[in-house]
Amino acid sequence: MSDPLFGAMLQSIIEGAPDKAADLAQQALDSGVDPLEAVNRGFAVGITFAGDQFGCGEMFLPDLLASAEAMKAAMKVLEPEMLKRGSQREALGKIVLGTARGDIHDIGKNLVATILGASGFQIFDLGTSVTPEQFVAKTKEVDADIVGVSALLTTTMAGQKAVIDALDRNGLRPRVKAIIGGAAVTSKWAAEIGADGFSRNAIDALELAKSLMGKGTVTA
Amino acid sequence: MRPRVQLLSADLIGRILREALELLMNPGVRVGSAVVELLQSAGVEVNDGVARIPKALLQKCVASVPREFYLYNRQGEKAVRYGGDDVHFDPGSCCVQILDRETLEARPSETRDLVRIVQVTEMLPQFAAQSTAVVCSAADAPNAIGDLYRLFIVLQHSDKPVVTGSFSAAGLQGMIDLLAADCGSAEMSRQKPRAVFDVCPSPPLNWSEFGSHNLIDLARAGVPAEIVSMPLAGGTAPVTLAGSVTQHAAETMAGITLHQLARPGSPIVWGGAPAIFDMRSGGAPMGTVETAMLNMACAEVGKHLGLPTHGYLVATDSKFVDAQAGAESARSAMLGALAGINMISGAGMLESLACFSVEKLVIDAESIASAQRLARGIEVRGGDGVGGETLATAMFAQTGLSGEFLKLKETRALFRQEQHLPSAVIDRSARGSEPPSDVFTRALTRVDELVGKYRKPDLSEDVLRKFQGIVEREAERAGVAAK
Repeated sequence: MSDPLFGAMLQSIIEGAPDKAADLAQQALDSGVDPLEAVNRGFAVGITFAGDQFGCGEMFLPDLLASAEAMKAAMKVLEPEMLKRGSQREALGKIVLGTARGDIHDIGKNLVATILGASGFQIFDLGTSVTPEQFVAKTKEVDADIVGVSALLTTTMAGQKAVIDALDRNGLRPRVKAIIGGAAVTSKWAAEIGADGFSRNAIDALELAKSLMGKGTVTA
Repeated sequence: MRPRVQLLSADLIGRILREALELLMNPGVRVGSAVVELLQSAGVEVNDGVARIPKALLQKCVASVPREFYLYNRQGEKAVRYGGDDVHFDPGSCCVQILDRETLEARPSETRDLVRIVQVTEMLPQFAAQSTAVVCSAADAPNAIGDLYRLFIVLQHSDKPVVTGSFSAAGLQGMIDLLAADCGSAEMSRQKPRAVFDVCPSPPLNWSEFGSHNLIDLARAGVPAEIVSMPLAGGTAPVTLAGSVTQHAAETMAGITLHQLARPGSPIVWGGAPAIFDMRSGGAPMGTVETAMLNMACAEVGKHLGLPTHGYLVATDSKFVDAQAGAESARSAMLGALAGINMISGAGMLESLACFSVEKLVIDAESIASAQRLARGIEVRGGDGVGGETLATAMFAQTGLSGEFLKLKETRALFRQEQHLPSAVIDRSARGSEPPSDVFTRALTRVDELVGKYRKPDLSEDVLRKFQGIVEREAERAGVAAK
């Protein structure tokens, strides 16, 4: 349970090196390190650091994505053992994501899915051009905490309102929080359609989701 | 392919050089008494201070100039290559005013301003060299040793090469001694020069006593010289751009002749600060496109002769750090880079070189980075296992139609080379993510950040003592008290 091992884990995430991260995860298991501790003291520290670096302009989108991929690779190795021990990393929350009906632009939505997934949220990604009915059905099915609707175009932004209205009609809110994002989205629009929040980028989305869950930091 | 912009045809360059040679025979060039003997011993006729330099001698002297040379940093590493199409930038020099960041008014520059300029320049990779950017007020150092004092301040605060110059014939030796003290010896200073000295003829066709003296002193010391000929088209030079370029060529070739006669093979730069003459104000507008064209064309003639080149761009005529300042400075940075000028001075300068702004310097650094990016052109990248064998098909082989380029290892490996990633001076944020701000406000923050991260070089006690000794000696020579 050496500190250098945790340091190397953190480093593998910052470097965005999935092979290295997976190797270190395996090493941890082989030497009897608690997988949950490997996440909390090693890998998760790395992803938080990467997010901070991105936030202050030191890291860029390709770096952030590589860090998220490395995180995913480490979790893939650790998760079976965590399941076995019954010490699965507690999800920060369940999030249903998709782009608004008629909108096929998904770079932003995919970034949010990757970063929030790597940070401990359980993501149910419905893909592009998702109808309000599909959002509602998935939300009920997985008992989601948050629904995120992305729209790039001013013409498809109305679809965000349609999802929120559908969640309301089905009596899912206020328990389920609705968040929106997209290039044309403003705080004014978010307020107008009764969204619980909006964010400008994936890192802000992470903060937003954590605060909606009442959790400031990654916990196990 | 490296993008290039050329303004002169081979035929026109031939005409410019032919007429420049003619001018140096008739009307000839005015020279200082210091070089009369040198010229006469080379067979040049000098009457009433006017020399008529024959073509054969001019050609011989131009031929003996080194095609390239390097400036070195304090660590003794090559930092600036004068030669070929290499492009470097340094801040402008040397005005007596600074734009006060609080009052937004021009006020006399002081030592603290020069230090701040040097600190910011030191932190910005866009600047390959420092300049002795502003004159420090007489309250800080007597005017008589103002040139030496600026270099004294810059050497204490920087490891980079320096573009400098002396204000008098007598002032030069002290500056050469400072550089020798900095690197250990005069011999080392010749072998690995840290600084280049600007020397200016007075238009039209006049190498003054001071300029003549500096040229031969620099040649004999083996310290690189940079001729800064500044014809003002329509004022102190022919109104046509081609005519001013011809005068520039004549003045510069005359200077090279004096310099190379004193010591053949000594390094010298075909440089200048040509500008048009403003027909309303009577000033020398540095931000105009014609001024940029003059700088480009003059450098083109120098390149045709195979010589290292210099120009004066990235400056503006605006009094504020505003849209005019940004537009003029960015435009000429681009043009200078596309002309392949080896050293481009002028960044940070406002008001036709009358005032300096540190905030403008950090904004100009972004324009320079963009110009440097443009000058690299469109390259086919690859190797190291990240493609390059194909332009796009290998990447599509991985993504298919998913569009997930952001996740490709090629993207991460190459985006820093493909894109200039600007500092926060440049606003590209989405509305709402940051409080809206103007570029001057962001520049203020950037300057503070850079100054905060700056670390002063660690000079030995011995070197500092030598510096102090030289300053005191020169103050005594000039009959003033050093502070």
